[in-house]
Amino acid sequence: MPDFTLWDILRNLALAARWTVALSLVAFLGGALVGLVLLLVRLAGGPWLGRAVGAYVQLFQGTPLLMQLFLLYFGLAALGFDTSAWLAACVALTLYASAYLTEIWRGCVAAIPRGQWEASASLALSFGQQFRHIILPQALRIAVAPTVGFLVQVVKGTALASVIGFVELTKAGGMIANVTYEPMLTYGCVALMYFVLCFPISLCARLLERKLAMRTLA
Amino acid sequence: MSAAPNAPPSGAGKPHTQVGAPILRITALRKSYGAHEVLRGIDLDVARGEVVAIIGKSGSGKSTLLRCINGLEVFQHGSLIVDGRHLLHDNPKAMRELRQGVGMIFQNFNLFPHLSVGRNVMLAPHLVKRRPGPENAARARQLLARVGLAEKFDAMPDKLSGGQQQRVAIARALAMDPAIMLCDEITSALDPELVGEVLRVVETLAEEGMTLLMVTHEMSFARKVANRVIFMHQGLVHEIGTPAEIFGAPRTPELRQFLSSLQD
Amino acid sequence: MPLQLDFTSILVQWPLLLRGAAWTVGLTAVATLLGAALAIGCAWARSGGPLALRWLVGAYVELIRNTPFIVQLFFVFFGLPEAGIRLSPATASVLAMTINLGAYATEILRAGIEATPRGQIEAAESLALTRAQVFTRVVLPPALGKVWPALVSQIVIVMLGSAVCGQISTEELSYATNLIQSRNFRAFETYIVGTLSYLGLAILVRTLLNWAGPRFLFGR
Repeated sequence: MPDFTLWDILRNLALAARWTVALSLVAFLGGALVGLVLLLVRLAGGPWLGRAVGAYVQLFQGTPLLMQLFLLYFGLAALGFDTSAWLAACVALTLYASAYLTEIWRGCVAAIPRGQWEASASLALSFGQQFRHIILPQALRIAVAPTVGFLVQVVKGTALASVIGFVELTKAGGMIANVTYEPMLTYGCVALMYFVLCFPISLCARLLERKLAMRTLA
Repeated sequence: MSAAPNAPPSGAGKPHTQVGAPILRITALRKSYGAHEVLRGIDLDVARGEVVAIIGKSGSGKSTLLRCINGLEVFQHGSLIVDGRHLLHDNPKAMRELRQGVGMIFQNFNLFPHLSVGRNVMLAPHLVKRRPGPENAARARQLLARVGLAEKFDAMPDKLSGGQQQRVAIARALAMDPAIMLCDEITSALDPELVGEVLRVVETLAEEGMTLLMVTHEMSFARKVANRVIFMHQGLVHEIGTPAEIFGAPRTPELRQFLSSLQD
Repeated sequence: MPLQLDFTSILVQWPLLLRGAAWTVGLTAVATLLGAALAIGCAWARSGGPLALRWLVGAYVELIRNTPFIVQLFFVFFGLPEAGIRLSPATASVLAMTINLGAYATEILRAGIEATPRGQIEAAESLALTRAQVFTRVVLPPALGKVWPALVSQIVIVMLGSAVCGQISTEELSYATNLIQSRNFRAFETYIVGTLSYLGLAILVRTLLNWAGPRFLFGR
C-alpha cells in the first residue's frame, strides 16, 4: 500500500481541482449564454414563450441537480445516446446554471423602473435598442453581485458530477480516502479546497453588493 | 376622575419614598458620545404627581435626558434615582425593576407589528408581572377603553391611524402601572389633525395625578398642562419655572430667542 | 429504431416511490426543525453574544456555505467514524442536512433581525422585558415573518439537495428511483418519474409552508 503523506493528498486533490474549475467555467459561461437567450425570449417573446421559460426555470429550480445528472447520463444512455460523464456534467450544469441566471437577471431587469422602458420607447427606440442602451447598462450594475454569488453555487454543484463518475475534486477525494483509509483527513482537505475556491468569490460578491448599496445611497 | 391628585396610580404598590420626597432625583448627570458632551451636568427633582415639560432646540439634549431616565441611554457621571431605586446600568435585574415603574411613549409609537392591539398591551404584564390571563385581558380592555379604542382590541397596528397607534402605545405603557411616564415628542410624527386626540389622553392622565415628564414642541399644551417647564440649552437646564414664568417672563436671552423663533 | 417510452413499468412500483418520497419529506422535516433551532441559537449569538461566540458562528456559516453539501455529508458519514462516531445513513443524512440548513438559515434570520427597527427593541426594554424576552417575543417573530419566504426556499433547496443522501444508501426518493431503474432497465423513464416526483414534492412543501407559516408561526 502506498504511503500517502498529507502533502500527497493535497497535491492529488489540487490536480483534480483543475477539473472542478474547468467544469465550473464551462457551466457558468454556457449557463450565462443560454440564460441570456432565455432572458431575451422572456422579455420579448410574448406571453406563451415567456410562460415556457418560466416553466423551464421552475423545472430546474424545483428538481435536484443530481436527478438532472442521472437523467442526462444514465437516462440518455438507456435510450441509446452514448454520453460521457464529462459531456453529461457539462450539459446538465449548463442547463441548471442557465435557469438560475435567467431568473436572477429577470429580477434585475424588473427592478428597473417601467418609466425607463416607456421613455426609451417614446424616443422611438426598438426593443433591442431599448434593452441594449437603456435597460442593460442599468440592470448590469445590480446584476453583478448576485451573478458572482451564483458562481459559488455552480462550483459547489460540480461536486455532484462525482456521482456519475467524473473525476473532479470530490471524486478524487473519495478515491484517495479509499486508499489511505483516512476519510476524515481526506474529506477535510476536500472541504478545505472547495472553501479556498469559493470563499474568495463569496467575499467578492459581498463586496460588490456593499459597493452597489453605497452607490445607490449616495 | 375619581383618583385624588398626587395619589399613586392604582396597582403601583406602595411608594418607595416617603410622601413629599421627589419621585425622580437626577444629580450631576453627564453624558457624552465620544468627545461630544450632550448632557453637561443635570440636576433635577420631580415630585410625585408633577407634570414637567421639557422644551428646547433640537440637539439641546432634552430627548437624551429623557432616555437616560429609563436607561435607554447610558450616562457616564452622576446619579439617577426613580421611586427610591438607583439606576444601575450593568445590573439587568435592577434595570428591569426600575423600568417597571417607568413608562415610556415614543415619537414613532413603536408598537409591535406582529401582535394585535390587545396583545401589544398585554405582552409586558404577562411576561414581566405574570398577570393572569383573564385579569390581563380585562385590564387591557379597560385601558383601551380609557384611550377611546375599546373596539380595536383585535386589530393589527398597521390598520390604525398614527393617532390611534399612539393611544395604544399609551395604553401599553399604562398597563405596567408605572409611577412615572416619559413622553418623547409623542405628537411629532402625527398629522396635525391627529395631534389633539393624543394630547387629550395625556391631559386626562395629568388630571388623574400621573407623574409626567414630556419633551414637547406643543408649547400651548405645555403651558396648559405642565406645573413646571424646563428650558434646555446646550446640554444644561438653562431656565426652569412655572409656565407663566417661562412663557410670560423669560429671563435669559437664549430662551427669549427660542420662544420668538417659534412664532415664525 | 423509433423511441419507445414505457412508463407503466415504473408506475407499478409506486409503493417504492411513495416510501422514498416519505423518507425525503421525513428527513427534511426533522432537519428543518433541528436546523431552525440551531439557526435561531446562532442568530441570537451573532446579534448579541460574546465576541468569541460571534466569530465561531461566523466561521461555521462561512465554512458550510462555501463547501458542497455532498462533501459535508461524506465527511459526516465516512469521516466521523474515524473519530469513533459511527452513524446510520439516516442519522448521518439528518445531521448533515441540519448543519447545512442551520448555516444558511442563520444568515437569512440575521438579515431579518437586523431589519428590526431600533425603536421596537427600546419599547420592549422600556416595558421591563428581559433580553431573552425581547429576542423571542419582539425581535424574532416579525423577523421570522419577514424572512419566511427566503427560509421556505432554503428548506426546499435542502430537500432537493437531500437526493445526494441516496449515495450513502439512505432510502430516500433518489435511492428508490435508482433501485427501480436497476430492476426494470428503463433508466430514462424512471429518472423522468423520479425527477418529476421531486418537482411535485417541492411544490407541495413550498405551498404548505407558505400557507402554514403565517398561520401557526407568527400569528397573523
